[in-house]
Amino acid sequence: MMLTGLTLTEARAGLAARKFSARELAQAHLDAIGRLNTQLNAYITVLPEQDVLAAADAADARYAKGEAGLMDGLPVGVKDLFCTKGVKTTAASKILANFVPPYESSVTARLLDAGAVFLGKTNLDEFAMGSANITSAFGSVLNPWKRKGDDAALVPGGSSGGSAAAVAAGLALAATGTDTGGSIRQPAAFCGIVGLKPTYGRCSRWGTIAFASSLDQAGPMTRSVADAGLMLEAMAGFDEKDSTSSNRPVPEFSKAVGKSVKGLRVGIPAEYRAPGMPEEIARLWEQGIAWLREAGCEVVDVSLPHTKYGLATYYIIAPAECSSNLARYDGIRFGERQDAPTLDGIYERTRAEGFGQEVRNRILMGTYVLSAGYYDAYYLKAQKVRTLIKRDFVQAFEQVDVLLTPTAPSAAFAQGENMDDPVQMYLNDIFTVPASMAGVPALSVPVGLDSRGLPLGLQIIGRHFDEETVLSVGGALEAAAGFAHKPTLHAEAGV
Amino acid sequence: MSLDLATTRRIAKLARIGLEDAELENVRQKLDGILGWVDQLSEVDVEGVPPMVGTETEALRQREDVVTDGNCRDAILSCAPEKSGPFYTVPKVVE
Repeated sequence: MMLTGLTLTEARAGLAARKFSARELAQAHLDAIGRLNTQLNAYITVLPEQDVLAAADAADARYAKGEAGLMDGLPVGVKDLFCTKGVKTTAASKILANFVPPYESSVTARLLDAGAVFLGKTNLDEFAMGSANITSAFGSVLNPWKRKGDDAALVPGGSSGGSAAAVAAGLALAATGTDTGGSIRQPAAFCGIVGLKPTYGRCSRWGTIAFASSLDQAGPMTRSVADAGLMLEAMAGFDEKDSTSSNRPVPEFSKAVGKSVKGLRVGIPAEYRAPGMPEEIARLWEQGIAWLREAGCEVVDVSLPHTKYGLATYYIIAPAECSSNLARYDGIRFGERQDAPTLDGIYERTRAEGFGQEVRNRILMGTYVLSAGYYDAYYLKAQKVRTLIKRDFVQAFEQVDVLLTPTAPSAAFAQGENMDDPVQMYLNDIFTVPASMAGVPALSVPVGLDSRGLPLGLQIIGRHFDEETVLSVGGALEAAAGFAHKPTLHAEAGV
Repeated sequence: MSLDLATTRRIAKLARIGLEDAELENVRQKLDGILGWVDQLSEVDVEGVPPMVGTETEALRQREDVVTDGNCRDAILSCAPEKSGPFYTVPKVVE
């Protein structure tokens, strides 16, 4: 077994049994990054080899003393949206091209405390705004999967596309992602891995570069559902530096996987049967329903009547929060500065040249919907519709324990497709956005390939703070699907 | 309601994003397309529905009004694009 092909759970067992060292594990990943990252562009920054190996050696020492933490010695990628002390953090934006934070985000600090070995900072859509990883100032990420008999460059999804590509291709055992409207789940589905967006408030947002603060949530991107539980356990927990952080106890999430799902009620929301859904996705969804029924779940038809308004609501609320959050990039206190004779001129030139087109458009959209005369018609209206969307979920969860839906309306598409019309691109998030709006946890599990050989995922959505049931059902789905396919480009191919 | 060029210019000014005239029309079209699409929300009846602020899963907490951080001037200034001693520098703003 190649070291780059392990799950976190397998690697941890191997390290604990001293079958291999954390140094060997780290070195195998650095080698894989050296071979494949030029092609995939999954990492914006790879940490210096001596630093990675020093962290691995420290982990080996802890294993020798029997003091290993939850993530000890496990090499992971960190989305370049999490501030890492002394390590360049760009948000894939030119405006932060040389930003070196003097502090560590709460989530990455927790992972370091648990013994994780950071390999580098993974690529993303600029400021996490995008669904295809084509808006990064550091170049697009390539999906390691290819269509059968077709060499077209496919997108890895977004915004956590670098994390998804790295985990799929064996350039990290797991990676952190962030999800605002689907940015963990959709790339996980496009790259054939597991992605979990926890309940809003489960993971601290402190030190994670903000996009839309009422939606942003960090979560794990892994190769198995049990790994997602393990890594979430290390990432989650109360943080007084984030006023929306939850102080509920953090359960042992990984123990939820493998628990019987017999008797659980699984809701199938009628409104997710979108017109024009590809036949293969509809079929796979039916298959998922059948698998859960065989596992002893009771399947119930439910209705979430405001689903169709989720995207439009999102594309008012998220840009509004983005315009407010990104006001801080003024070229004065940090980030790149463009010179101009006046202070206003500095702001305007710094922001025009520092932000890419998609980010500029979202800031402008947000500024518009928050401006005098339009606030009530757009922003306030969207906040009210958001209440209705959340009520839909709360009411559905009075009847059922989880919901099962497809993760995305298509498999990975080619670079250059869906690019001209922003609304067309936004439709990628049609199945992921509603759970974000409601703040409920949602998991994407790879369950099969389409006729062109590309992975497809199903999404399990649960009650607020009930990630455990989501993980149990995800585990059942994973066991039934037995997804073991590998992408064309991965560390074990052609070595 | 269609977005005009003057409003687009005003929005860019409010957002402090310096756009050339040539870019303005392109931005206007993109925003106008999105605004036309989000107009579908006008068909939703929100009579008596309160706005959702945040995700309302946790109540806001209070804490003691004490200093919890500080004495890190050099760390903060380390990120400044331009500085002079312990200060950020900007162009003269008062004539």
